Amino acid sequence: MVKPFSAVSNSPTRDVNTDLTIVDSDIHSYMDEDCLRRFLSPYWRNHYDNFGRLGYTGSLMPRAMPKAARHDAWPPGGAFPGSKLAFMQNQLLDEWNIRYGILLPLTGAGDQINLEFGLAMARAVNDWQIEDWTSKEPRLRGSIMVPYEDGSLSAEEIHRVGNHPGMVQVLLITRTREPLGSRRYWPIYEAALEYDLPIAIHFGSTGGHAMTGAGWPSFYIEDHAGMAQSFQSQITSMVSQGLFELFPELKIVIVEGGVSWIVPLMWRMDKVYQQLSHELPRVKEMPSAYIRRHFWLSTQPIEEPLEPHQFTEMLNQLDMTDRLLFATDYPHWDFDSPDRAIPRAVSSRDRKRIMGENALELYGLTA
Amino acid sequence: MPKYAVATVDQIPEGQRKIVEVAGRSIGIFNLSGEFFALRNSCPHQGGPLCLGRVTGFLSARVPGERTYSRHGEILRCSWHAWEFDIRTGQSWHNPDRVRVRKYDVFVDEGPVMGPYKAETFPVSVDDKDVIFVELPGPLTAGVVSEA
Repeated sequence: MVKPFSAVSNSPTRDVNTDLTIVDSDIHSYMDEDCLRRFLSPYWRNHYDNFGRLGYTGSLMPRAMPKAARHDAWPPGGAFPGSKLAFMQNQLLDEWNIRYGILLPLTGAGDQINLEFGLAMARAVNDWQIEDWTSKEPRLRGSIMVPYEDGSLSAEEIHRVGNHPGMVQVLLITRTREPLGSRRYWPIYEAALEYDLPIAIHFGSTGGHAMTGAGWPSFYIEDHAGMAQSFQSQITSMVSQGLFELFPELKIVIVEGGVSWIVPLMWRMDKVYQQLSHELPRVKEMPSAYIRRHFWLSTQPIEEPLEPHQFTEMLNQLDMTDRLLFATDYPHWDFDSPDRAIPRAVSSRDRKRIMGENALELYGLTA
Repeated sequence: MPKYAVATVDQIPEGQRKIVEVAGRSIGIFNLSGEFFALRNSCPHQGGPLCLGRVTGFLSARVPGERTYSRHGEILRCSWHAWEFDIRTGQSWHNPDRVRVRKYDVFVDEGPVMGPYKAETFPVSVDDKDVIFVELPGPLTAGVVSEA
């Protein structure tokens, strides 16, 4: 691994707009091996020491940068980016005066093929978030990890920690074994609704198949530029299965997919729905109506069209500025900066909603 | 333009860098095979600390399938989004017509040259309990002393 340059002081100072409430809807806390072992039960620690993890292949690492991280995000002493609360508080929350941050640990608990070990891992990650992060920093909230390939095991974990005030959503990953509208995942939605928890779907994993409909790509850039493909499959599945008729209160948060691709997806789905609705008896409304009512979208990695005016044109076509959630993706290298990511052309009213107000409402947080 | 003394040569070995704060600006000083270059430590993209990024080389291809890797150690990749800049010129490579980082001239001199400015200094004393005191002009003011 390339050794990071560890001088972390002397970062440029930020223009912090104190009138703006900022909620970062995608922060990654990194759980190192020692932490995982500490939070596993003795049985599962023994299992882990002897057999490790068994997941799917096909995930690429490093991703352009060591640990896919900002090169200035390595805490002094060699700990991994995202693993030290104090360093993150200083480099992210304090630096931009962030009011709340939502943690999404990407530990791979959900894509363990041994589902019971997946549950043990998910429990460990959830307890670690509560003990080491959210209870030590009032600005942080956690996401409930579940072994999502098994609906009932996932529901078990949601019932265990769903009432904890530090946990604000259930976390799924975008590349699942089947599309997320499938029956096997319904117990997850049912359990989440008992605690009024949104379902976040974050980019990542492989689920055992390539992200594209055309096999495995050769380069990381294809993975990154193509992230919308897996999200589009999930949204199409959820709408087509009539999930939002079955679970009318369900809230879905799409995390780390950008936003622009939703526009043509809605156009396309509305068109074919008018032609093929007789295939989907559970679906009662236009797909775009379900999407606008049930989905929230995190902004990162935000679109940066070479012609800046195209960004605001896209926002008008999207018509979901009340559903966009600002996110940095800290400490990852494709980080969006709170003071620079949203283009200047965006109105101050829309900016306020995107930077914080939408997330405050969604997660029931007080400004 | 005024000159500021920022380091001694032995403080920045070949291939290394030093980040300094000069007149309110964070600046990276780089040593490329004995030549010194200075760049603003702020990326024109999203304001990331550019000079904390990795140093790499220049990848080019005259025809598809050909790969030429040259000038190793002379291209700086931003610590956030990996935008690449030429340390010698501040020139960006992915979109050179539109993106450029501020470059400053660097000189090696015989010794420190007194600049036009002088920082304000204060008398410091240590008492018999090893507590350090600093004397400031004006009346005694209640306030918080904080570590930077």
